[in-house]
Formats: sequence, structure tokens, C-alpha cells
Amino acid sequence: MTDQTTDTRMDATRPRASAAHKSSGLLGLTGKDLGLFIIVALLTILAPFILNPFPEGSALAQFNGGYPDLMQRFVIFGIFAIGFNILFGLTGYLSFGHAAFLGVGSYAAIWMMKLLTLNVIPAIIMSIVFAGIFALIVGYISLRRSGIYFSILTLAFAQMSYALAYSVLTPITGGETGLQLKATDTPLLSNLGPTEIGRANFFGVDMRASYEMAIGDWLFTFNAGYYIAAVFMLLSFYLAIRLFRSPFGMMLRAVKSNQQRMNYTGLNSRPYTLAAFVISGMYAGLAGGLMVAMDTQVGPERMFWTASGEVVLMTILGGAGTLIGPVLGAGMIKYMENIVSKINDGILHQWFAFMPDGIEDFLVFVIHPFIGKGWHLTLGLLFMLVVIFLPGGLVEGGQRIASVFRRKETKTSTVEKSAAEQQQHSE
Amino acid sequence: MDGLILQILNGLDKGSAYALIALGLTLIFGTLGVVNFGHGALFMIGAFCAVTLQRILNLGFVDEGATSSSVGGFSFGGAQETPYVEHWFGEAVGGTIIDWSVPLAILFAIPVMMLVGIAMERGLIKHFYKRPHADQILVTFGLAIVLQEVVKFYFGANPIPTPAPDAFTGSFDFGVLIGYDPFTIVYPYWRLVYFVFAMVIIAAVFGFLQFTTFGMVVRAGMADRETVGLLGIDIDKRFTIMFAIAACVAGLAGVMYTPINSPNYHMGMDFLVLSFVVVVVGGMGSLPGAVLAGFLLGILESFASMAEVIDIVPGINQIIIYLVAIVILLTRPRGLMGRKGVMEE
Repeated sequence: MTDQTTDTRMDATRPRASAAHKSSGLLGLTGKDLGLFIIVALLTILAPFILNPFPEGSALAQFNGGYPDLMQRFVIFGIFAIGFNILFGLTGYLSFGHAAFLGVGSYAAIWMMKLLTLNVIPAIIMSIVFAGIFALIVGYISLRRSGIYFSILTLAFAQMSYALAYSVLTPITGGETGLQLKATDTPLLSNLGPTEIGRANFFGVDMRASYEMAIGDWLFTFNAGYYIAAVFMLLSFYLAIRLFRSPFGMMLRAVKSNQQRMNYTGLNSRPYTLAAFVISGMYAGLAGGLMVAMDTQVGPERMFWTASGEVVLMTILGGAGTLIGPVLGAGMIKYMENIVSKINDGILHQWFAFMPDGIEDFLVFVIHPFIGKGWHLTLGLLFMLVVIFLPGGLVEGGQRIASVFRRKETKTSTVEKSAAEQQQHSE
Repeated sequence: MDGLILQILNGLDKGSAYALIALGLTLIFGTLGVVNFGHGALFMIGAFCAVTLQRILNLGFVDEGATSSSVGGFSFGGAQETPYVEHWFGEAVGGTIIDWSVPLAILFAIPVMMLVGIAMERGLIKHFYKRPHADQILVTFGLAIVLQEVVKFYFGANPIPTPAPDAFTGSFDFGVLIGYDPFTIVYPYWRLVYFVFAMVIIAAVFGFLQFTTFGMVVRAGMADRETVGLLGIDIDKRFTIMFAIAACVAGLAGVMYTPINSPNYHMGMDFLVLSFVVVVVGGMGSLPGAVLAGFLLGILESFASMAEVIDIVPGINQIIIYLVAIVILLTRPRGLMGRKGVMEE
């Protein structure tokens, strides 16, 4: 009882900063955050099982997402979106040029692999460093403006990087064809045969090494590259949680809710937004470095503005400003890109085969534009629906569903019900 | 000197397209206060109005009498499709109608774009007046993706060649008209047509706003929406019509652009990014600024792609617009002709 009263007093004087002090649980996370982190960690580690729920050869096997390439995309774009969310979700600055940092990171990583070593760790470190430096320059200039002007400035920088990587910087970037590891590359620290094409490794473990486990009809693939990327994803996620709960995170939220008031209290908010911009740029660089670590190639299209738009879609779709939202959004978009785009008319006919012929054909005709190459249409519609009805993204959708169930449970106790409603109103 | 004139001329057609799209964007922003990321899609829909009309006019039937041999549904040689238009109006008149399908598409595009614009405003954008600008950008961005994918579904991913009328397909020697040697300044007819057309549209929009009662009310609404509403004028309805007009401007820009660049489904997005840069450079909410910046950036882009310039600064043609945008945004915070208090939080 006494504990509670001191707590509330602390809350009264320093409303939210106390949250950071209280978070001295395991790993410095509060109970709720720790639970979230453990759930995400478990999901990531068990992903090869979870994403392969259907046995090989069954009609539903094409919904299996548990192959290495797609799982790697999930975690890598998860990192990208988490980083973007640190900027957009916390400060409200909508950057339309984040793919540039991903591209810079990718180019830095591939050059490390070409010149120094095929081990992925130095490559990834360099990608973070270079993306950070580039973000510092772009951020320093772009953050002089806010609102749509900031968006246009970041877009302009990213499009310039793309155009330059495509044309003038060809000696460094490989132009349209991009860069790959070739037989002529002889990294200093890796002993390669004269015609051997290098393969990325993690202290000797080939990134493409996989262990396949067959249980009955099910086939599960455990890929080295995926688990290395997953470790980086969990680290980034952990850092993001700490950042969200830190006084620095509170400062960024203050920038979003009322920057003018912050300035009037004598605080210069620009160092904070710049720091957030650089951190999110470094996250993008990390994602770029990991992409190179997985497939050892880069092209300028990675920096095109549609790539920047994609990370915006991911973050909003999942829920901007929430911890788990961007990861969900990234997973959803990448899943759709790889799975929905593979469905074709033949598969649809198989599914609806139990129906009368006329209805079957009609259903296939109706669904046809939304599948295969038309998955962008599904994505666009889904995105519009989310923005219109669920501004908080999928996370808000989940919360709403959860609150409906909660209300049903507490119907008997009117006190609790009114409390819940009050909470909803205050939100 | 002749080189400079040629580059200015070359910049005019792209500049006209930028100016027209930017004009529409600014009209929407100035009246409704909405940042419309779907405007590029309207440009694209306009272009595909031209494609659709061309296809409709070329709809035909196979003249049975002329068919020489037909095996299993495949006809070889001889089988000539006669478009219905030629069948109805005779070969000469029908052929001319088909030849002039792009200019005719203007008549077709105006009602289509009006309807699209009204549907878009009443159906979607109306609900976003009170939402933050970021939400407006995102929902119109989503709409742009949807529209572009629908067009891709019906027309395919490849560019569709849509030729100009035969009378305008060639080039003419502009240099001779102003006293240069022949063949120094050769300029395609259609680009000149496009420029003149753009000027007419721009003049029409400005004239409409300046000299009609409707335009006066709209201008008053742009300055102070609330007061105009209090005077008992249904300003929302007029703003909806302005949205339709802005959609029309973008659509017509698209119709006339088809002979210059064959339309494909992502042409709207390509132009949209640059048009936003144009709007911001011109100053958010300023109509003359949008037109000025459109032509300025179009001409600058064409200057930067001169061989002499590229020799000195390689790659400048790719980045000049963005570079100018960054410099202007940092030195003139409101763009070239922006008003105070627009989009400044």
C-alpha cells in the first residue's frame, strides 16, 4: 500500500519518466515488455515450424512460408521497419527516402566482402557505419524543415542517390547491373582458390547452410543465414523497446505531440530528432548489410522511391508508433508478396472444385484480379482499408477485438465495465 | 545561341506536363487542404482515356467477303478488320476520325475525369478533411496503387503506342522562322501543340477563377472558408467541383501527353514525384508558383541534359530537379511564391 502511494506521488511530479526507473526487471524491461520480447523471440526461433503448418504435397502447401529466402526477408524487413518506426512512429517525421540508407548499407557491405573478408560481421558493421554517416548528412539538412517539406527533402535525397548510383557512380555501384561477388574478387583475409566464387560466411558457417528435418509429411528447414539475421532482429527489437521506454523516447514523443511547446520551454528538439533519424538510418543500413550477407548482391533499384514507400506501407499497416506493429506489417507484406503472388487460376479452380461449375468459374473470375501478378492491388486495397478504418494499423485492430472480448467477460461487474469504458474514452 | 533555344523548346513539353499536374495539385491543396498523392494516377487515367478511345474507334469486324482462307479460326492474309467507324462514315471520314483519336479523346476524357474526380472526392477524400496530412498522403497513395493496378490489369504492363494525328507527326524547322540556318533548330510539331494546349488550359483555369462569379466564390473560400460558409454559400459543393476540374486538368495533360511518351501504368507515379517537387518549389498553395516552377524545372532539366553540361558535371541531368528543390527549400522556406502560413506547423 505504501509503495503504491509513493509511486503515484512520483507519477504526479514526473509523469512518465518514472516508467524508465521502474523498468529494472530482467534485461531492464518491465513485465509487459519482457513478455512481448519473449513472445517475439520464441516466434522468431520457432519460425521454421510455425510458418510451415501444412504438410508437403498437400493442397495448402503453397501457403507455407517456412523456406529460408522468405524467412530471411521477414526478419530483414522487420529490422528496416522497426528502424523506420523509431523515426516516424515516435517523432511523426514522415521520411520518404529511407531506402537510400538501406542501399548505402548494402553497397558498403558488398565492398567489404569484395575487398576484406567474406565474413559477414565486418560487412554488417561497415554497412551500419556508412548508413549512419549518410543519415547524419541527410538528416542534418532535411530536419531544418518539417511536415511535407521534410518528406519532399528526404525523397529528393533518396532519388538523387538512386540516380547517381544508376549513372555516374557506376565505378563504385556497378550501375544498372549492380554488384555481385565474382571469381575475380580476392578478399584479403579469405583464402579463395583462383576461380572460386566467394560465399558469405559467419566465422566459417556458410550463410546458405541448411538443416532439413522431416517429421512425417512435414519438412522443416533450419537455415544458418536466417538464424544469424534473426539474432540481429531480436537485438534491434530489444534496443527499440529500450529506446521507446527511455527518457530519450519520451522526448521524441513530445516532438510528435507538440514541437512548438517544446521549443517554448527552451528545449532545442533538433538534436533529438537528428539522433532518431541517424538511429533509424543505421537500422536501415543494418537491414541492407544483412540483405547482402544473404544473397551477396546489390542493385540500385533497392534505393528507388517505391522501396521507401514500401517501408512506409509496412509500418502503417502494422501500426506506427507501436513496438510490434512494424514487424507484423513487414511480415504481412512480404508474405503477400511471396505467397499471394504465387496463387494462379489453376490453384483457385482446385480450391473451389467442390462447388457447381458456374459458381466455381464465377468465383475464380472475381478473385482473379487480386492474385498472382495482381497482389499489389490486394495490398493497395488492404492498405486503404487500414488507413481509413484502423489508423492504428493491425495492432489497433487486434486491440479492438481484444477489448470486445474483454467487455463480454466483465459484463457481470458493472464497476469494471465503466472503468474500461473510461479508459477507452481517455485513449 | 541556337543550342540554348533548342533546349528551352525541349524543356517546354515536360515543363507543360509538370505545370499542369502541379496546377491541379495546388488547386486541390488550396481549396480542400488535401495533399493528393493520387493525382499522378489521374494523369495516368487521362492517358488511358486516349488509349480506350483509340481502341473503341479501331473496333471492327472482319469483312467476310475479303477473307481468303481461314483454318481452325486462324485467318491468313487477306482477312482485314474494318473498323466500324470506317464502315459507317466511309473510309475517308472514318480514317480521319481514327487518325485524330488523341485530340478527340479530349472530349471523351472531360466527362470521364469529371466523374472520376467527383467520385474520388465524395467517396474518399471527403472523409479525410479533418485527418492529419500524413493520413491524407497515405490514403491517396493507397488509392494511387489501386488505380494503377486496375489499369495494369486491363491494359497490361507494356507501354501502348498512341500516335498523334498524321498532320502533326513530323518535325518542323523552327530555326528558319527566327532567322537561323535551316536544320539548326528542329522541333516536333506535337510538342509545340502540347505546349500551346497547356497554355490554353492554364489560361482557362486562371480565367475561370478570376473572371467568373463561381471562381470568385472559390477564391474567397480559399482565403477564408468559414466566412464564405457563414454567408450562406455551399462552399463544399463548389470545392467538389474544383476537385473535378483539377482532375480534368491532370487528365487532359495525360491525354495529350500520350503521343510524346507511350502510356504505361506507372507513368502517373513517375510524374507524381516530380510534380510534388514542383509544387513545393513553387510554394504550397500558390497557383502561379506551381506553373512557374513547372516550366522552370522542365527547362532546367533539359539544359542539364546538354552534352556540354554533362561533360563538366557528369550525371547532373539525373539530379538537377532534386538539387534545385533542396536548395530552394533551404533558402526560401515557402518556395518561390508561397504564401505565409500555408503548411507551416
